[in-house]
Amino acid sequence: MKTIRNRLILIGALFLVAVYAIVPRSTQVKQLDPKSGQMVVVTERLVPITLGLDLQGGVHLDLEVDQSQGPVPDCKDAIERSEKVVRTRLNEFGTLEPVVQTTGNCRLNVELPGESDPERAKRIVQQQAHLEFRITDMKNLFRDALPGIDKALHDAGVRGTGNAGPSNTVSQLFGADSSKKKGAKAAPDTTNNSAVFSSVLFQGQLPGEYLVPVEQTHLVDSLRKMTAFQTAMPRGIDLFWSTDSVVRGAREYKYLYAVESKAMLTGDELEKATARRDPVNNHSVVQFDLSRRGGRLFADATGRHVRDYMAIILDTLVQGQPPIINDQIGAHGQIDLQSKPLADAQDLALVLRAGALPVRLAIVDEQSIGPTLGADAIHDGIRAGAVGVALVILIMGIYYRLSGLLAVAALALYVLFTLAGLAIFGFTLTLPGLAGLALSVGIAVDANVLIFERIREELQHGKSVRLAIDEGFKHAMSAIVDSNVSTALTAAILYLVGTGPVQGFAITLIVGIAASMITAIFVVRTFYMIWLQRRPDMTTVSI
Amino acid sequence: MFRLFANARYDFIKWRKWAYGLSALLIVPGFVWLLISPPNYSIEFTGGTQVQIATLDHAIGAAQIRAALDAGGLHGAEISSYGADTAFMIRARLGETNSGTQQASDSTMRAVRSSFDRGLGPTKYKVMKYEGIDGKVGKELQGKAFLAIFFSFFVTLAYLAIRFEWRFGTAAVLATAHDILTTIAFIKYMNLEISLVVVGAVLTMVGYSLNDTIIIFDRVRENLRKFRRQNLYDVVNLSINETLPRSILTHGTTFATTAALAILGGEVIRPFALVMAFAIFTGTFSSIYIAAPILMYIEKRWPGEDARGARILTSPMAMPAAGAAAASATQPKAAKAAPPTPSPAR
Repeated sequence: MKTIRNRLILIGALFLVAVYAIVPRSTQVKQLDPKSGQMVVVTERLVPITLGLDLQGGVHLDLEVDQSQGPVPDCKDAIERSEKVVRTRLNEFGTLEPVVQTTGNCRLNVELPGESDPERAKRIVQQQAHLEFRITDMKNLFRDALPGIDKALHDAGVRGTGNAGPSNTVSQLFGADSSKKKGAKAAPDTTNNSAVFSSVLFQGQLPGEYLVPVEQTHLVDSLRKMTAFQTAMPRGIDLFWSTDSVVRGAREYKYLYAVESKAMLTGDELEKATARRDPVNNHSVVQFDLSRRGGRLFADATGRHVRDYMAIILDTLVQGQPPIINDQIGAHGQIDLQSKPLADAQDLALVLRAGALPVRLAIVDEQSIGPTLGADAIHDGIRAGAVGVALVILIMGIYYRLSGLLAVAALALYVLFTLAGLAIFGFTLTLPGLAGLALSVGIAVDANVLIFERIREELQHGKSVRLAIDEGFKHAMSAIVDSNVSTALTAAILYLVGTGPVQGFAITLIVGIAASMITAIFVVRTFYMIWLQRRPDMTTVSI
Repeated sequence: MFRLFANARYDFIKWRKWAYGLSALLIVPGFVWLLISPPNYSIEFTGGTQVQIATLDHAIGAAQIRAALDAGGLHGAEISSYGADTAFMIRARLGETNSGTQQASDSTMRAVRSSFDRGLGPTKYKVMKYEGIDGKVGKELQGKAFLAIFFSFFVTLAYLAIRFEWRFGTAAVLATAHDILTTIAFIKYMNLEISLVVVGAVLTMVGYSLNDTIIIFDRVRENLRKFRRQNLYDVVNLSINETLPRSILTHGTTFATTAALAILGGEVIRPFALVMAFAIFTGTFSSIYIAAPILMYIEKRWPGEDARGARILTSPMAMPAAGAAAASATQPKAAKAAPPTPSPAR
């Protein structure tokens, strides 16, 4: 048996560790400054117990590898690479302490405490930012293949809607340019029905540029998904929608581009991207610099394609009208966002800098909580918790008198130890967690109640104070250990099997049980030992 | 020193049949009702879109909100007031066919905003909280919660089998299963929404109820050693009575905190606190009236080594003779040396 001194030293040490674990402090961290590109020393405030989003407000997103457009074989690897990209993006995004972590089943969990613009947060996280430069279909391979495509679709049993536009395959919407028209030798089908695809297509001004009436874009998309269509497509050519649309007459048309399958360059070679406003036309633009290697490759490729049109494709959408390549392009370029706000250009620059996501990510769970709601929740939770704890103190003090107050003192240590345990485990305190903590105070006195009741029984049997206390602690032990261990085992199972919130709850429970056993058995016992030592002749005990 | 229920001598076990009836009265209608109308799952489990708004004008009620939504083409949304008279929860669940796409949730949110902007005015409301959840996440959560409870039963059974005996473990687990059933029925009666917080409360309840049962069983184990010739009926009754002051105290403090949470804790915590408040009652009830009688029943069917279960239900009055007869059959010498006493004399 340890002496009182050793026990007090141990309790003191535990107290100091617990206080150290939960007191917020500042540390100096070396960090890369995104603007200057240099390492700077930043003072970071470490708050040991992070508050959950329900308490401080913010945006929560759960993302999964999007498998709706075909299965992704190694989703675990994909999600891990995505995690890095998302983390890089969010570090520049400006939210304090963003949380990015992978959880089970190839899922990515993103938390942005305090963020109040969920739409923007979603764009930053979800945008794939896959940038490509491709030459448009200069040889009109796609247009030449149109009759074949129509036939393949016809053979596959696709019939036109009947009221589809003009009867000739590719009509020249803008009329004028006859030099291009001579290439359009796709024989006009006599039956409207068989030209189901080409009948909704109109030739644009550039080679590889087509227009589709906005109301027909769904039809085109569904046709493109068919195997008959895919096998009939000319090799080396892909189709991409544009961000742009145009109004001609009473109808609105969307641009569809046929471009080469092989990209001249991808965004992997991008090194720097900045947003600015073009002083000439007041457009928002993103200027980018390529790496030296990328610059060389790009100069070579563009040198071979002078006078050709180059589509800038971002996440399967052609950005604006493809510009003509007048000369070799080196390591610099820009993407024109036209009249979109500058903030959009800044976000695009940010995601381009951080790199592309390897896969598409779909949001499966999102929550955005306003900051005032969190403040109200904290206020209510703390008020209710304080009243509850006050009631416990009252009951214990009245019923067990001085011993009860000893238990209450131990209870204060219990709360401190539990919070410290949660801080050490890196646990996030949520509203249910706060409720659980308040409730656990009510349950934590159970160990003390068991001991006190036992001491009273022993006293009733006529035992001396000293013996009764010894026996009381000894006999209550088996009940305390068995009940707490079985509860802890249940909690451990919950932790192993459960997810997110259930796991957090399990950790709170385990930490609470450990803290309650330490305080009730060890700390209260020490209090009694001190008490008995000071009053060796004590014949009655205040219990 | 003042003690509540000290040296109590209530015959708890006598009322067990009434207790079974009471349990059945609680559970059966609840589950019949559950069969008729499915439980009210929260958005975390069903998937869908949920928006919590605060109106900045007291004159705006649920009727105006519904009118605004209907005008915006969003029919059949659930609108409930949430705490204060200016706070409303609006929920639109995704249909079964719309297999949880974010686009659907996004467009719902946009439609809600635009119909409010038109119907209520953009300055008259504030979006406090917005949730959009894919249904499949909820299905996973549901499965995992049940799996966790199921596994925890096995571990408890194993631990109690080692520390006590399998008879005790089985009785404790059955009592806990009873508590889960009554709690589910309670959730239905109160028409509480089954959310993650409520599932958390049920899990807390499992731990709490188990804890309470073990405290009584620990005393039964001790008393079985102390009064070797005693009838199990009396030992169980005695143990419950001896632990009664502790039960009153612990349940009292727990109930005090729970009540404080239920009354003052706000809308998010209230369901948790209500379920816990009920859990305190059902956990205490089942430890006394379910766990203990089941232990006696198991002892009777599959008697332990001292065959005490075989004379479980002999009346306490007729005890000495029957006890002596049974004892003399097994251990004649010991029976002569220490005649059994009907009540523990100390």
